[in-house]
Amino acid sequence: MSDWRTLQSELATTGYVAADDLAMALHLALVLGRPLLLEGAAGVGKTEVARVLAQLRGTRLIRLQCYEGLDASHAIYEWNYQRQLLAIRAAAEGGVTGPGVEARIFSEDYLMARPLLQALREERAPVLLIDEIDRADEEFEAFLLEILSDYQISIPELGTITARTRPHVILTANGTRDLSDALRRRCLYAWVDYPDRRTELAILAARHPGIEAALAGQIVGFVQALRREELEKKPGVAEMLDFAAALAGLGINDLAADPVALQATLVTLLKTQADRAAVPTEVAQRLAGKAA
Amino acid sequence: MSVTRFPARASGPADRMAGFMAHLRLNGLGVGVADTATALAALGQVNALDATEARLALRAVCAGSEDELRRFDDLFAAYWFNAGRVHSGTSTKSNAASHRARSAPPDRIAAAGGHGRADAPDQGTGEAETRGDGRLIAARLANIGKTDLRDLVTPEAIAEAEAVAGQIAAAIRDRHSRRFRADRRGARLDLRRIARASVATGGEPIRLYRRSQPDRPARIMALCDVSGSMTIYARIFLAFLKGLMRSDLTADAYLFHTRLVRVTDALRDRDALRSVAKLSLMAEGFGGGTRIGAALDSFNALYARHAVGGRTVVLILSDGYDTDPPERIAAALARLKKRRCRIVWLNPLLGWKGYAPIARGMAAALPHLDLFAAANTLAALAALEPEFHRL
Repeated sequence: MSDWRTLQSELATTGYVAADDLAMALHLALVLGRPLLLEGAAGVGKTEVARVLAQLRGTRLIRLQCYEGLDASHAIYEWNYQRQLLAIRAAAEGGVTGPGVEARIFSEDYLMARPLLQALREERAPVLLIDEIDRADEEFEAFLLEILSDYQISIPELGTITARTRPHVILTANGTRDLSDALRRRCLYAWVDYPDRRTELAILAARHPGIEAALAGQIVGFVQALRREELEKKPGVAEMLDFAAALAGLGINDLAADPVALQATLVTLLKTQADRAAVPTEVAQRLAGKAA
Repeated sequence: MSVTRFPARASGPADRMAGFMAHLRLNGLGVGVADTATALAALGQVNALDATEARLALRAVCAGSEDELRRFDDLFAAYWFNAGRVHSGTSTKSNAASHRARSAPPDRIAAAGGHGRADAPDQGTGEAETRGDGRLIAARLANIGKTDLRDLVTPEAIAEAEAVAGQIAAAIRDRHSRRFRADRRGARLDLRRIARASVATGGEPIRLYRRSQPDRPARIMALCDVSGSMTIYARIFLAFLKGLMRSDLTADAYLFHTRLVRVTDALRDRDALRSVAKLSLMAEGFGGGTRIGAALDSFNALYARHAVGGRTVVLILSDGYDTDPPERIAAALARLKKRRCRIVWLNPLLGWKGYAPIARGMAAALPHLDLFAAANTLAALAALEPEFHRL
């Protein structure tokens, strides 16, 4: 069996069912030491890949959640100004001044490492998850490019910090805005799509082994049919699992049997008011009937 | 499976891979020199003799976006299983041009709702090549048989429209951020920073820091109606779009009638002939009926996700005559509006005396618009500049 198939089955043992192209991209990213850019709709399991990978490798998962306005002081490092000021004060009262104090307050003790710096300082290569990179500004992308190409950070007061081990970098994007070509080029790329029926059944079986086959088939069929409807937000895999958990919790064995309960559990799948309105009881019953 | 014949001089895998990269590049994928090395390294990590594995591996390396990913399989098949057709590893000039014309951005045409995608691994091989040729022929037919845009976009109109579009683009883009950032020549003092720095000098503000509001240009998305009822305005609007594309490199242009097609790359092409060929290829159904609602829906579904945000101005050029129920336009605009963009509707009919927006589609759209204005001539468009400043 080739290496990427091995990886795929290892992922499966932790409950993550990866499609072929995702497993291949992940394998190549690991062996070639390149960052991996994952794109896809919300709720298809992009972030989960990183979590599972960290678990599989037995390393730390360092996560950087991006948002608009994210800057270097939140992503890379920041000096602890309060402590520095106190240290200066204390030194002055103790009668110590000069270069000794300066060397002390700009030492690693006063440095607050943010996720990117943390990732470079780990002893064992961690999994660095840069989540929703498309939410961050373009300026931040430029920072990131520098770090992803050299795996080093220069801090003017301390000098250059080079990665002890290369972190496994996984970036995810939702398509809030277009990423720069430079970033895309630096990364390997995989598009994570909604799983097909067989894969989704496998995911459901891996996560909720208690659900019997007939109901599992109904659940997956129903959710897949729902994704074909015109909805603002299509239910992802996470929603499907919530839905399954809700049904299991309510002790429902047949989707079509209890319209009221089905309608009530739809809160786990449909997350906007317009989508709720788009799937009234009749539509839900029709979909459930087809899925059965 | 057919035997792939390579040029006699292609000696080893490295050479073939370089040829493949050139093939991808000609077809519009942005692969660089370093990618060739990565691709070879990647093949070393998998069973390269297995076509499926090799395809998956190369796809992870070479594709950089969803769009490229979808086209990759065809390009892969076309190169490695090219049904005996010999590709020259390096291309001659004419070859390159024809390739590029073929690689006009895949007209992702409104399959709104239909999420059907070939998830199954490759079934066909030589298919890509035949399709490529088919599209070239279609381009020629479209040139002869359908509306010829060569007449619609004259050099003078382009020149005039470019000037107008440049002004308007500047008016729309000219926007400041609400936030401040450090700027050595900024207009205002950054008191907080000065105070902090003064700690080091015993409370005396010696170093002065300044800040300013940086530019945050707005991005323009232009959607132009080219249905039958708009035919007489098509000339002006296309010229306007072309000017807009030339003067603003972040802007995007789309044409719609019963479907929506992205024409940014075609309009931006400096080679006039090739630009016209691309446009004609896309303008199939040009001058037919209108389905504004459906076109907006597919814009929402396919492009808005990536392209429209808080700093976007969506420019719709249409007369509002629509064959869809008006609720559909209203719903699509409401959805678009949720992306926090500004929506501007330029209606050529509004320039007429006594026109009231009573077309049901237009009436339904009105509540969602930030600006509704006349645009039946270039002069009228130019006169809108102050309105855009105010937006």
